[in-house]
Amino acid sequence: MPNRSFFWFFFPAGLAMILFIGLPIISTGIQSFYAQHDQILIEVKKCDPFGCKTSVVVDQEATSKIKEEKPLGKFNGFGTYIDRNHLASDQVSEFWSESKSVGEFIGKVGNLPFYKALVFTLTYCVIVTPCVLLLGFIIALSLNAISRKIRGPLIFGTILPMIVTPLVGSLVLFWMIDAEGIIGANLQILMDDPYLSVKSSKALTWITIIIYGVWHHSPFAFVVFYAALQTVPQEPLEASIIDGASRFQRVKHIVLPHIYPVVTFVALISLMDNFRVFEPIIGFSAEGSAQSLSWLIYDNLVNEEVILFGSAAATSIMTIVGISIILTPVLLRTWKEFRTNR
Amino acid sequence: MKKILVTLLFLLFGTVANADCNIKSGSINILANDFPALRTLVETAKECKGSADFKVTHSAEHNKIAVPALTANPSEFSVRVAANSSIVPLMNADLIRPMNDLVKKYGKGIQESQLITIDGKVMAVAFMANTQHLYVRTDVLKENGIAIPKTYEEVVAAAEKIRAAGKMKYPYAAAYKAGWNLAEEFVNMYIGHGGEFFKDGGAQPNINNAKGIATLNMLKKLADLSNPDYLTHDSEAIKVEWESGNVAIMTLWASRSGTLLDDEGDAKITAATKLVAPATVGGGNIPAATLWWDGFTLAKNRSDADAEASFRAMAHAASSKEMVAKAADQAVWLVEGFVPGPKSVGVIEAVKMGAKPYPMLPQMGLMHGALGSEIVEFLQGNESAEQALKDVEAAYITKAKEQGFL
Repeated sequence: MPNRSFFWFFFPAGLAMILFIGLPIISTGIQSFYAQHDQILIEVKKCDPFGCKTSVVVDQEATSKIKEEKPLGKFNGFGTYIDRNHLASDQVSEFWSESKSVGEFIGKVGNLPFYKALVFTLTYCVIVTPCVLLLGFIIALSLNAISRKIRGPLIFGTILPMIVTPLVGSLVLFWMIDAEGIIGANLQILMDDPYLSVKSSKALTWITIIIYGVWHHSPFAFVVFYAALQTVPQEPLEASIIDGASRFQRVKHIVLPHIYPVVTFVALISLMDNFRVFEPIIGFSAEGSAQSLSWLIYDNLVNEEVILFGSAAATSIMTIVGISIILTPVLLRTWKEFRTNR
Repeated sequence: MKKILVTLLFLLFGTVANADCNIKSGSINILANDFPALRTLVETAKECKGSADFKVTHSAEHNKIAVPALTANPSEFSVRVAANSSIVPLMNADLIRPMNDLVKKYGKGIQESQLITIDGKVMAVAFMANTQHLYVRTDVLKENGIAIPKTYEEVVAAAEKIRAAGKMKYPYAAAYKAGWNLAEEFVNMYIGHGGEFFKDGGAQPNINNAKGIATLNMLKKLADLSNPDYLTHDSEAIKVEWESGNVAIMTLWASRSGTLLDDEGDAKITAATKLVAPATVGGGNIPAATLWWDGFTLAKNRSDADAEASFRAMAHAASSKEMVAKAADQAVWLVEGFVPGPKSVGVIEAVKMGAKPYPMLPQMGLMHGALGSEIVEFLQGNESAEQALKDVEAAYITKAKEQGFL
């Protein structure tokens, strides 16, 4: 395609991307460098139905004057990025010098909100992504081998988890693992512990969310793999059967290499999706045991009565950086292949 | 004939004058939390909307919507029904308007005590009071020979006795859902211990002390007597637990008693449910509870006509004697003519015992937020009380610095 026509094809999509993705990211980036102005507090008399007392309020007159001069707030540089609720550089170096063992150091750092969230996010990513790829591939292979007559309904059943709204899907599981739900109650009997609670145990909550993640994302991998399997040429497969290759060998040496680019694609998308894990934490009310980076942003924006724009923006930018880092190896590899193909 | 006509006209005019407050223009759009008393109030306000547009949003997520919605100009809502805590972010960001002139002009039925004034400016008009207090199952207590608990130490002892008797596995319940609810329980218990959240009126935190540790230990003791899923239970969830007969002692909002004691559900449980005073803790004499008011505020970024229409409709409700007579069961109304019933016991006792109102300080929301997430690990048993309180203070200080309070 000539560059000129490519440009006009791409133009509308590009414009929308710049307007709705590019500019907001830039604005988020700018906001992350600002903090609120120093609050000007004044003592006043406050009266309510329970009596009067002297206490402080924000002085609106003085504040509005400062706000008019500098509407963005106070320039804070990377201050928000390195404070305790984010990268916590001071705390980390302090822990390093006062900890006697590496284990103690890791324990202390893991107690900081950002690292706590990062550990969960990475664990989720690292476990869910391969499981999704593997499960999706196995389901696609099995369905591909099944008689065409029943394939339709089976495919529909398989992609059901993806059709169900994430929040609804997680709520269903949430009620099942309740201390009085079918899974929760049976676990209590099975483990002979009447005080066992899936929801209050950190490990069990993580496992639940991870299982939910695999359940929810596998259909996507399955659909893409299934489509790719339809393009596998029959001749080499037949030739290998004649050569006496087992089913496993056929999959390993012919099917997998053929659909390899698709696997990369699914891996990329899954990694990106999983790094932004959010809905199951809300659906499972798991804020107490599992926090992800996306949840931190949400928390800064809505959970406080005061909205922390700077904090939320800093975490957002770091999430973007995190996704880029995770994707780099895969992208580099794709790039190399692209070059060699040429 | 003429007489009849006059009478008819009079009747017609009379009813019209009664039903609406003769509001001719403007639009009214209300944002409020979702519980029965607020629904009643808004319905009463609607009676008098006249020819003004009338819209309302009842949402349990009201706190999350309020600031962004009122920041817009013109703002989405003309009225925000707020409480001690939720009025603070609105005032911090200068989003609500003083209504002294409107009170003077249209606020005839409103009592002086209903006005929330800041430096003489009327920022809100309160219409009901609320608190968290104990609910007990008299039948279960009687069966086990337990007196109605007056302190949280007695609550723990009673719950342990009920559990030991094999009657209930999880005899106690309170809204311990991680986040706002859990932090609220800490606030109550800490105030019950006589704690102050900030150092000498400033914004420096002051919870990492013996009182804070005692507070956390008491919360842990109570949590161990609750359903193990307590970290996911909000007020609605524990209400369901109560109605299923799984709980004998509970700390819950007074405003939730209406739906708890309605005709739905097991009549035996409803009959045995008794509302009692909030408990004290640690030998203190003020209850481990905070007093709350609910009132209405007017958005600043709305036209004067809308503000006037909104005020007149809301003031009609906030001074309606018929409403408080009809809905005496739903809340402890602060409106003139309210006769307290058995469901008002909790709030009235709390006031009598000298309960403190929830601190209406500009930085309190940040402290509340830090508490809600940082004390969870202590309750799960993964952290010491000292470490948890240290974490709360550190998280709070970071946020307070970003917000310019420190």
